[in-house]
Amino acid sequence: MTQRGDAAEPDRARPESPGPESPGATSPGGSFGAVPRETEPMVQLLAPSGERVEHAHFRFDGDDRTIAGLLRDMVLARRIDTEATALQRQGELGLWSPLLGQEAAQVGSGRAFGPNDVAFPTYREHGVAWAMGIDPLTLLGLFRGVSLGGWDPAELRFNLYTVVIGSQTLHATGYAMGIQRDGRVGNDDGTDAATIAYFGDGASSQGDVNEAFVFAASANAPVVFFCQNNQWAISEPTSLQTRVPLYQRAHGFGFPGVRVDGNDVLAVHAVTEWALRRAHAGEGPTLVEAYTYRMGAHTTSDDPSKYREDDELEHWRSRDPIDRVKTYLLGNQTIDQQWLDDLAAESDRLAEHLRRGCRELADPSLADSFTTTYAEEHAPLAAQAAEYAEYVASFGDPDAEVTR
Amino acid sequence: MSRMTMAKALNAGLRKALEADPKVVLTGEDIGRLGGVFRITEGLQKDFGTDRVIDSPLAESGIVGTAVGMAMRGYRPVVEIQFDGFVFPAYDQIVTQVAKFHHRSGGRVKLPMVIRIPFGGGIGAVEHHSESPEAYFAHTPGLKVVACSHPNDAYWMLQQSIASDDPIIFLEPKRRYHEKGEVDETAASLPLHRANLLREGDQVTLLTYGPMVRTCLDAAAAAQEEGIGVGVVDLRTLSPLDLETVYSQARRTGRVVVVHEAQLTLGMGAELAARIQAECFYELESPVLRVTGYDTPYPPSRVESEYLPDLDRVLDAVDRSLAY
Ligand SMILES: Cc1ncc(C[n+]2csc(CCOP(=O)(O)OP(=O)(O)O)c2C)c(N)n1
Repeated sequence: MTQRGDAAEPDRARPESPGPESPGATSPGGSFGAVPRETEPMVQLLAPSGERVEHAHFRFDGDDRTIAGLLRDMVLARRIDTEATALQRQGELGLWSPLLGQEAAQVGSGRAFGPNDVAFPTYREHGVAWAMGIDPLTLLGLFRGVSLGGWDPAELRFNLYTVVIGSQTLHATGYAMGIQRDGRVGNDDGTDAATIAYFGDGASSQGDVNEAFVFAASANAPVVFFCQNNQWAISEPTSLQTRVPLYQRAHGFGFPGVRVDGNDVLAVHAVTEWALRRAHAGEGPTLVEAYTYRMGAHTTSDDPSKYREDDELEHWRSRDPIDRVKTYLLGNQTIDQQWLDDLAAESDRLAEHLRRGCRELADPSLADSFTTTYAEEHAPLAAQAAEYAEYVASFGDPDAEVTR
Repeated sequence: MSRMTMAKALNAGLRKALEADPKVVLTGEDIGRLGGVFRITEGLQKDFGTDRVIDSPLAESGIVGTAVGMAMRGYRPVVEIQFDGFVFPAYDQIVTQVAKFHHRSGGRVKLPMVIRIPFGGGIGAVEHHSESPEAYFAHTPGLKVVACSHPNDAYWMLQQSIASDDPIIFLEPKRRYHEKGEVDETAASLPLHRANLLREGDQVTLLTYGPMVRTCLDAAAAAQEEGIGVGVVDLRTLSPLDLETVYSQARRTGRVVVVHEAQLTLGMGAELAARIQAECFYELESPVLRVTGYDTPYPPSRVESEYLPDLDRVLDAVDRSLAY
């Protein structure tokens, strides 16, 4: 699970970089359905065929049991996604942002976190949450419209979902600067911490993300920028956001960038762990570009048939992040059909938990909004809350009682 | 005359503008092949090409900032912001740059650009998809702010905005996108900065705009059944305000209720109430009342119907106004 050898020396910290002299600009420009640029080097440790692959700088050194654990997490993350999509179709959720195809990027990175690391997600990191041991029901409130988040980020080490593109990369950087000031880097005694900021390829265009890179580099902050390049930002292909492979951007900001096969859970795990180690050791930020694919729609409101070709989807289906791990583990008999059947049964139980729990999520009361808008007393708002309570009471509805 | 949804009317208005002036360019996220998340630009890239209908990178400050440059170069950019809550990354460009160039250059630099923003709630969306940011812009000198409420206005106001030499924040009430109405493509509608008296009423005047126009018309109809005459003014333009119409209606009924979805404090209602009391003090029968969203962030969608002004809250205010 570590980079081969020991400390990550600065130069080895960019094992995949072709260097600044590389032309890089292979982009066809803003044309739609641009062919994914898979000719770029990327770290891969498990090929789509299910064969283990050697890499000069990275290796996954967990055993096959550990790999089976990753498979289990990916299968369950996919089930969470399928179930939530179904709940949206049944009108139980207002919206859902599917992760289909991104299971390896999410589980592989999430499983690499140390006990003090803190995640700053977008709105799609359900698999990261799962890998961190968070009950997926926690995530549903935002999508059902009963809350605007609602969980305690400090307790879960998993921040509230961020809908405004790119904003959280700055928060992750600032939090990492706090970690630095608290002396929680470079101790090598288990107390070291880092942050990991998730964002998409589209987000790489936002000013906030570029400013986060500048701040992180300037402060040498312990942050891992984890870009899931799933090829699309709603209807826009990555080629509309960048002419150079995204991981190469890091070099211009002064820190290492690595492209990893985002559908290879072993490689994602190894690379993320390495980047976190660097952060813990006080070596500063890293950009990890997990090269993957959004197999489903952008959200349940989106219709990808408007902008995406079918053969592209077919191509990526053959690179399914779950299939290759299954093939590998069945091939060496770490798992068998019974194991898979048990997992399917577990998956059904998880789905049932989600279905029941979703319907049981309590509707909020607008009255609560008045009490949580400010931390300290705000007299005019309190007066408004009282007015609202009086108005509601004028309808004589006992259920609508207002607490202040 | 044709009957169409507001979404179709906006699309038709954009098409007309693109045909009429080769300098008109559209820019924004997903507006090309997808036709925008609300399909307002559907088919336009196909017909006018990628130079005129630009799928921009995912960066609002970039979209507006580059539109400033294009406008300086003689183009007339029409920017689509995907949702109200995502205009803020561009807020800096809009208030510090777009709003000020004409003034700073002593009138030499014109920025004829339109920034289209689907705004308001009521569609069951997640956070940042239901905001009413109009006051931020109306507060900024140099910007003009308009809001359509009906397909015919949508069609005409959009073309008038594109033809304007001033930068215009064009607010589209997203929950009304799919409501149909008659569009008269031949007879020009009201001038852009004129309010529209949609319904006469002798007792109380409702001042409103955008998504709340429909709600107010429904409330006025309900009041009529109880024998109360309620007039409805669709403001249409928030900056500049058509104060002439506002004052004449305030004088006529002596009782005014302002209705908007945006938060109460320092919202459009505050401005209107202050103006009306200063100008029409002796003709008023009751204080100007406001029915608005509350001073909290827009709530989770399960309770948005309690947050948004509805028929009952408007009628309640009408009763309170009459009780003075
Ligand atoms: C500032 C901002 N602008 C626009 C949007 C609307 N929007 C939501 S997701 C999205 C595409 C994001 O693409 P990407 O960053 O690649 O992440 P992905 O959703 O593909 O994981 C857009 C444009 C937004 N949420 N925030």
